[in-house]
Amino acid sequence: MNAQLQPTGSAYFIAKDETKPEKHTLSVLVDNEPGVLARVIGLFSGRGYNIESLTVSETEHETHLSRITIVTSGTPGVLEQIKHQLERIVPVHRVVDLTVRSHELGQERPLERELALVKVAGTGVSRVEALRLADAFRAHVVDANTEHFIFQITGKSSKIDQFIGIMRPLGLVEICRTGVAAMNRGAQGM
Amino acid sequence: MSNGQNERREMTGAEMVVQALIDNGVKHVFGYPGGAVLPIYDEIFQQDQLEHILVRHEQGAGHAAEGYARSTGKAGVMLVTSGPGATNAVTPLQDALMDSIPLVCLTGQVPTTLIGSDGFQECDTVGITRPCTKHNWLVKDVNDLARTIHEAFHVATTGRPGPVVVDIPKDVQFAKGVYVSPQTAPRTSYHPQVQGDLDKIKAAVELMAGARKPILYTGGGVVNAGTEASHLLRELVELSGFPITSTLMGLGAYPASGKNWLGMLGMHGTYEANMAMHDCDVMVCVGARFDDRITGRLNAFSPNSKKIHIDIDPSSINKNVHIDIGIIGDCGRVLEDMVRLWRATVKPDKKALYPWWEQIARWRARDSLAYKPNPDVIMPQYAIQRLFELTKDKDTYITTEVGQHQMWAAQHFHFDKPNRWMTSGGLGTMGYGLPAALGVQVAHPDALVIDIAGDASVQMTIQEMSAAVQHNAPIKIFILNNQYMGMVRQWQQLLHGNRLSHSYTEAMPDFVKLAEAYGCHGIRCDKPDELDGAIAEMISVNKPVLFDCRVATLANCFPMIPSGKAHNEMLLPDEATDEAVANAIDAKGRELV
Repeated sequence: MNAQLQPTGSAYFIAKDETKPEKHTLSVLVDNEPGVLARVIGLFSGRGYNIESLTVSETEHETHLSRITIVTSGTPGVLEQIKHQLERIVPVHRVVDLTVRSHELGQERPLERELALVKVAGTGVSRVEALRLADAFRAHVVDANTEHFIFQITGKSSKIDQFIGIMRPLGLVEICRTGVAAMNRGAQGM
Repeated sequence: MSNGQNERREMTGAEMVVQALIDNGVKHVFGYPGGAVLPIYDEIFQQDQLEHILVRHEQGAGHAAEGYARSTGKAGVMLVTSGPGATNAVTPLQDALMDSIPLVCLTGQVPTTLIGSDGFQECDTVGITRPCTKHNWLVKDVNDLARTIHEAFHVATTGRPGPVVVDIPKDVQFAKGVYVSPQTAPRTSYHPQVQGDLDKIKAAVELMAGARKPILYTGGGVVNAGTEASHLLRELVELSGFPITSTLMGLGAYPASGKNWLGMLGMHGTYEANMAMHDCDVMVCVGARFDDRITGRLNAFSPNSKKIHIDIDPSSINKNVHIDIGIIGDCGRVLEDMVRLWRATVKPDKKALYPWWEQIARWRARDSLAYKPNPDVIMPQYAIQRLFELTKDKDTYITTEVGQHQMWAAQHFHFDKPNRWMTSGGLGTMGYGLPAALGVQVAHPDALVIDIAGDASVQMTIQEMSAAVQHNAPIKIFILNNQYMGMVRQWQQLLHGNRLSHSYTEAMPDFVKLAEAYGCHGIRCDKPDELDGAIAEMISVNKPVLFDCRVATLANCFPMIPSGKAHNEMLLPDEATDEAVANAIDAKGRELV
């Protein structure tokens, strides 16, 4: 009957859960007030949950609502706890597990996009090659002089990973990524 | 100061604090002044609707407010200064968080212009208290102050109750602004679910009606849900004929004198309660949270039962133990629906439970709370039993510290009403009981308030005897003095080869002389045949009493589920030989607490 069936030998039951961890994307709608992000992050660190990516910005200025997108991983039991623990935070309005929701909608995963700025410096052949590949990835040049480019690329995290991997030998200087922004496909809101 | 009318009035921040407390029905505030709260103390000085109870340490203010809250069902209020005042409040805040006690803590802060400058007595109060409160606020604008304090009371007392902090910079206390009364709209993001899902309650009643080996396992949530919830619980037990056990926090919700009562469950619970939990087919958990002290080894916890869990906090359901029917809502409301549905749909067949009750009777016959009486030395269990017998007909409230004495009190003092038992369950705070007793006595001036203490715990907050004398609070501190940190020693015997590292109380103060030094009454007793007389003396004295009850030094607390063991692997008192104690916990269990 119990979810955790292996012996732990611990009165604290920090049991190894043998169900497989899954990666989920959560959307959290919060009042944009001082400390709200600290509450969310503190919850994750205090209870030992993972954060793989976190983005936040005010999305509704009149009502001061911010939307936090968190990519986390855990077993189904842990993911359920994360959702309920987030809901306990007073300024949290709603928590939607976009991954669960996408499954309910018959989709594999929610729509997830990321933006990155990628600075590449170089001259000669590698510079030309960088520009050609950037074009293939539909990255835009947002800053350049004779020695460098800054590319702006948007897309799935895997596409950005791939782009960065390709740029590395071509004079990659620095990277800045926004983290994942996500919502579910279809006409309905969260 | 006029009483709370719905008009908007201009006043200073400090005036607003006092007005907001009055408008939220506060009569008593436990606190300690300091530089950053002087404007508020100045306002307190100039009015007579709020009574301020001066403590001797901010931790004492917090525990006193907790005791006040627990014994009345209302929010407890504490007022402390910035920096060290706030950091000293952290222990009671976490204590209240873990035991779901409504506690409103107002802290002073350095002026807004100095925040972040490492000013004198500055600390990041909202940062420090964020994880140990249900919610907290830093008020930077005096026009937000009144609304924030009202919201703080709302958050502390509704849903799953808990502690809140409102941090008020000194310039905000001086600034003038507009006061708003409590009838303002609450924020939209906070709306605890109190009414349970009726379909789930129906399913639960159906499951319960078909049970052959049921058990009710109740906790502090029933006490928090108010006295009506306790009445409904009693009604449900009466209707269903189910046996009932409770956690440490839930004692008194169902009367210990009730015929279906199995005693407390868990690590030091009774054999019958734990065995019934292990062997049951349907478990109904009401307002408890499957804490590790309760469940024993999780993978062996009640392996063959369907589990129903009623809790106001959705995160409590399925946290430690898989639940078959989880009902989110206030215990009182859900019990009300349950009782109604039970009456309407279930045909009572109490005969079906006869075999189960016969089994329970066999477990009960093991008499797991037995101990060997001693004609020459006061056994700690005997002391509690006599204390109970001599106070049970009075209007008695009990608080405790943490340790062996706490478990003996839970086992041998019997509660027939809720809100009579104040103890630190979740956090296990030594030093809780004495200031908590002060808080209880302030709320119930004519009641008999006893702190059942240990000689080690009591020294953690003993300075509050001075507060008790100042405020004419005739609290009785009944110290089971075995000259050890008894529970630490018991674990050293169980786990660490009887090497009693630093668990002996050296240089014990003379508690009788200490009592006299504080202006209290001191009593010492070390003979069983003199105990009744000494307790009678303690009760009759109308001032604070320190009662030094010298008990058997090496008695241990049984029965016990050793760490890493299951409910059906209890160590019973008659089996607890030195050898059994030394081998009770295997190498793996040794890592545990």
